[in-house]
Amino acid sequence: MKALKTLGYILALPVLLVLAWWASTLGAVNFFVPTPATLAAKFGEVWFGPRFFSDVLPSIGRLLVGVVAAIVIGVVGGVLIGSVRWLRALLEPTLEFFRAIPPPVLVPVLILLMGITDGMKVAVIISGCVWPVLLNTIEGVRAVDGVLSDSAHTYGIDGWARVRYLVLPSASPQIMAGVRQSLSLGLILMVISEMFASSSGLGFTIVQFQRSFAIPEMWSGIVVLGLLGVAMSFIFQWAERNILRWYHGQKEVENAA
Amino acid sequence: MQPDTTASPSGKPAAMLSVRRLKKVYQTDGGDVEAVRNLTFDLRAGELACLVGPSGSGKTTLLKCISGLMAPTEGEVLLDGKRVSGPPKKMAVVFQEYGRSLFPWMRVRENVDLPLKNQGVPKGERDRLVDDALEAVGLSHVPRSYPWQLSGGMQQRVAIARAIAYQPEVLLMDEPFAAVDAQTRADLEDLIRTVWKKLGITVLFVTHDIDESVYLGERVIILSSSPTVVQEDIVIDLPEQRDQLNTRALPRFTELRHHVYEQIQIAKKGHRPASAGADVA
Ligand SMILES: Nc1ncnc2c1ncn2[C@@H]1O[C@H](COP(=O)(O)OP(=O)(O)O)[C@@H](O)[C@H]1O
Ligand SMILES: [Mg+2]
Repeated sequence: MKALKTLGYILALPVLLVLAWWASTLGAVNFFVPTPATLAAKFGEVWFGPRFFSDVLPSIGRLLVGVVAAIVIGVVGGVLIGSVRWLRALLEPTLEFFRAIPPPVLVPVLILLMGITDGMKVAVIISGCVWPVLLNTIEGVRAVDGVLSDSAHTYGIDGWARVRYLVLPSASPQIMAGVRQSLSLGLILMVISEMFASSSGLGFTIVQFQRSFAIPEMWSGIVVLGLLGVAMSFIFQWAERNILRWYHGQKEVENAA
Repeated sequence: MQPDTTASPSGKPAAMLSVRRLKKVYQTDGGDVEAVRNLTFDLRAGELACLVGPSGSGKTTLLKCISGLMAPTEGEVLLDGKRVSGPPKKMAVVFQEYGRSLFPWMRVRENVDLPLKNQGVPKGERDRLVDDALEAVGLSHVPRSYPWQLSGGMQQRVAIARAIAYQPEVLLMDEPFAAVDAQTRADLEDLIRTVWKKLGITVLFVTHDIDESVYLGERVIILSSSPTVVQEDIVIDLPEQRDQLNTRALPRFTELRHHVYEQIQIAKKGHRPASAGADVA
């Protein structure tokens, strides 16, 4: 019963939107706005054929590799920079500079350096996604509670054990906040990395449809991107609930008091 | 000059814990803050001593120096004759802020287990030590709870269990019961005496509560207010078997409490004991 109610809440607005869209396409025929039925037909036709393997899967693969690499680099770098004072003093101004560069402008540069390769596309994704994770991790590492840190220290929990049992868990709420931002950035950058001088991928295909006036097909590609975003968001929420169970529990207790 | 004060003729250190001419000055943006001026005292092995002093008298500072979390500006701390330069293996510390000294992402049992696991203690032995420690503090029934699911008094029990399981020779406690309610506090005080007797460890219990110091200690070291020196060091000659109702009702308890109170009042007025300025104990 409860699950049904939740499902109701999730689906209510999408259903309404589709209805409104359907109603508005009843009379006038706008070439650029397909009816829901056309779009649904095209959606299956376009994306569940060979394109699934030639465009959709490779795009998702690059997105995953890019985002995971960005998370690893961001967390490792963040722990180092957050823990070592002189490293932070040395790097922070430079990091601000690099962070300020919008990743899309790196695409031409990376094409020159790496060619039009998967590596280049992944590099574009990493170059944007790494910042939220890195900066949030630094902040989380620096905010480790002093008393907790003293406790760990008196019990000889130093070095790697300190990172494993104290620093990473303690920074995990901030790290997860960074990961959340990275995921949405990653999707955007995945598309952008495929729009320039590419020959496959979701972003490429959508632009291709648009240029050849295959309008319903173009829209169906946008729907694929939206669905991909929703799926990522659900997976993230599930992971976050598990990793930060203690954090949400603690907050709940604090708020109740 | 130092060895003769720290070692008995047999060569074995006379004191478990020695604090020698300890001074701590904090360097802050607003200038230097002298938290501890000159502290010297010894704790024999197996002693239960209370350190009492007003808030801001440098008790926490002293404990941080003793536990090797902070280097003193001058003077030194000797544990079993060896100079303390970092957290020693033989020492455990229980802090006042129980809510911030346990890992909130670990269950009660994991919290108690972690220091042992980190020391590489074999699993079987660890399980036994953790079980015994949880049993000793009366928390065998909540091993799978998270610390924040427990009341303040229970959280402090977990911190005490963690310290016990670690099998320290010296246990330092920094106002551990200042933030728990009166009833729980009485229970925890008795728990400390029970644990102390059972394990035969050296305990330095820091408090600002005069009654607590007299009830708990075999000895009370009274600190002056800042800049801090030892105002007086008295023996508590109450019966070894203590009891919240009867011990506190003893005329001797009242006398001792009165005495400690008086000394603290004198200290607050800025009177320093004659020996305080000089480098003698
Ligand atoms: N990290 C610090 N930096 C500067 N001053 C400090 C610091 N910690 C404590 N103090 C000062 O040292 C004095 C003693 O503090 P503390 O050791 O916490 O006393 P107590 O534990 O007896 O209340 C206080 O005046 C306090 O303001
Ligand atoms: Mg204090």
